[in-house]
Amino acid sequence: MALVSPDNRGLRLATRYAVLTIIALIFCFPLVFMIMSSLKPSEQLLLDTASLRAFLPIGDISLDNYSAAFKRAPVGLFVFNSMLVTGVTVVLSLLICSMTAFSIVFLNWRGRDLVLSIILATLIVPFETIAIPMLLLASKLPWIGLDGFTTGWLNTYRVQIVPFIADGLTIYLFVQYFKDLPHELIEASRVEGASWGQIYRRIVMPLAGPVLATAAILKFLAMYNQYLWPLMVVQQEQYRPVMVGLQYFFQLNIAWGEIMAYLSLITVPVLAFYLFLQRAFIASIASTGVKG
Amino acid sequence: MATSSKLTSSNRAGWLFALPGFGLMVVFIILPFFFAIALSFTNQRLISPNPTEFVGMANYKSLLGVGMITLEPERDASGDIIRDDSGAPTYPKLRNFTRKNPDYPKLDGMREWTSWQSGENRTYVLARDVVFMRAVLNTLIFVLVVAPVQGGLALGLALLINQRLRGINVYRAIYFMPVVVSIVVVSLLWRFIYDGNNGLLNNILSSLTFGAFSPIDWLGNPDTALGSIIGMSIWQAVGFHMVIWLSGLQTISPTLYEAAEIEGSSKWQTFRYVTWPGLRNTAVLVLIVITMQAFALFSQIDVMTSGGPLDSTQTIVFQAVERGYGKQDISGGSTISVILFVIVLSISLIQRWLTRERR
Repeated sequence: MALVSPDNRGLRLATRYAVLTIIALIFCFPLVFMIMSSLKPSEQLLLDTASLRAFLPIGDISLDNYSAAFKRAPVGLFVFNSMLVTGVTVVLSLLICSMTAFSIVFLNWRGRDLVLSIILATLIVPFETIAIPMLLLASKLPWIGLDGFTTGWLNTYRVQIVPFIADGLTIYLFVQYFKDLPHELIEASRVEGASWGQIYRRIVMPLAGPVLATAAILKFLAMYNQYLWPLMVVQQEQYRPVMVGLQYFFQLNIAWGEIMAYLSLITVPVLAFYLFLQRAFIASIASTGVKG
Repeated sequence: MATSSKLTSSNRAGWLFALPGFGLMVVFIILPFFFAIALSFTNQRLISPNPTEFVGMANYKSLLGVGMITLEPERDASGDIIRDDSGAPTYPKLRNFTRKNPDYPKLDGMREWTSWQSGENRTYVLARDVVFMRAVLNTLIFVLVVAPVQGGLALGLALLINQRLRGINVYRAIYFMPVVVSIVVVSLLWRFIYDGNNGLLNNILSSLTFGAFSPIDWLGNPDTALGSIIGMSIWQAVGFHMVIWLSGLQTISPTLYEAAEIEGSSKWQTFRYVTWPGLRNTAVLVLIVITMQAFALFSQIDVMTSGGPLDSTQTIVFQAVERGYGKQDISGGSTISVILFVIVLSISLIQRWLTRERR
């Protein structure tokens, strides 16, 4: 390296940044296109794809598409549904999966090893291979609610939430994390007479910050972006999440401007959230790999 | 794992803590999995007035049934081959063999899948469900292309991002960005890119070639549709695997690189003998994860092509949903699910065997 003249080094550095930047543009451009297009009338949007104007906020710029999107479909309701389903699932998943992992790592009970191997075995069953029988199951499951005993979970919030609370990956992440916590701490608390509930609540969970963030982010992404399952089990507008709500924009005349506004509306908050917490997002994906 | 001291042994508390999570997994993963197997031997529909019946292997036969027949060209009274206007020999109609021909009971109801010439004769491969065969083939092509290309590109990006440069984190954040965007949103956006009239891709290609490039309807052409979906899928997911590679790269001890530098090894040698061996476990993980994700191909198809044009983008999961949900044929959809699972399982076993530790 010492023989390389300063000029040469500057050039090499510039090349590196140029390569990095070109690749960055490839990953950005559809999203830039989406946001810019959401500000343009449909006719202009379609004409602009012929040139670089597609990526620039020029011409007839307004927020009209957004108000038109709200008029065409109950956008607020869809966003609320998605938030509700995603939020409740994430919270319940963190609670229940961490309890299962806690029990597997710290407690000794008959059947524990078998349970753990069954949980790990489910990792090779893709959701898509059980979706169809699950559809039948969901149409027949019983429920006791405010209106008494009913059967059939189709067109509800619970059908979008309950099946996704416990999953192999989340439990696995907690198990890996708990294994590295000092066991002496738990045994010492037992000696002092702490109950398992107290140990879970007061000792283990307060130490679980990083894995909670990881599991929450992965669950959030999976749930918010769900498509196949809600497509099959939710026909009523009242319970539709954002991705399925998209169908409203493909009736009769397709208004691309409104579609772009809707896409921006459901994507930009997630992107902002990601950019704000990008270290945590990337760390959470990375942590699924390290010990695999 | 915990030592089996009395302090930590408690059957009641153990099950109490584990049961909510394990119980939910039994009901919503394990039960449906065995349901799929059981339902595949029945004629179960989502809603039906008739009771469900056991039908044995009928669902599998109607999906996987294949046959072969070699036909001799038609000859006239003097024994010469009858040729059509373009000089090609003519053959008896396949229909004569596949429609209630008592001499060929196995071929009944089959349709032509593909055919080739062998001397004077023509050999036909017939399938009971040509669309499903297409779906299996397309899915396999998708997996075979996506797994190495996406894995390789992701590794390239990870090496690029692993440099010590000011602002490198910004680039890493951007490369990862498509991963957090829903594949449904991405698919819709890429419809503009692939559009035949005014699509961004056509416009870019024609300006790069100064107008010499004639526009292609990427998603409307059976030759390019699957390739287009492959390209987009890689664009969306490559950041995910870049991060997994990156975490693998960061576990490699810097002293190994220092040693390689002292020995004067070239960049390629360093990669070949230091980096790559250090990434072994990561490579296996990336390969298996991409393969499993690729087999689940559905949303892109549903949003972009609905399996068309001419079934060129049919996939296994799309077929399962079309039957199980679209036609409410739960048993047919379940059968496809079981077939998919068997394929996924065998491929991942093969991958594990190929990537096993060799002594």
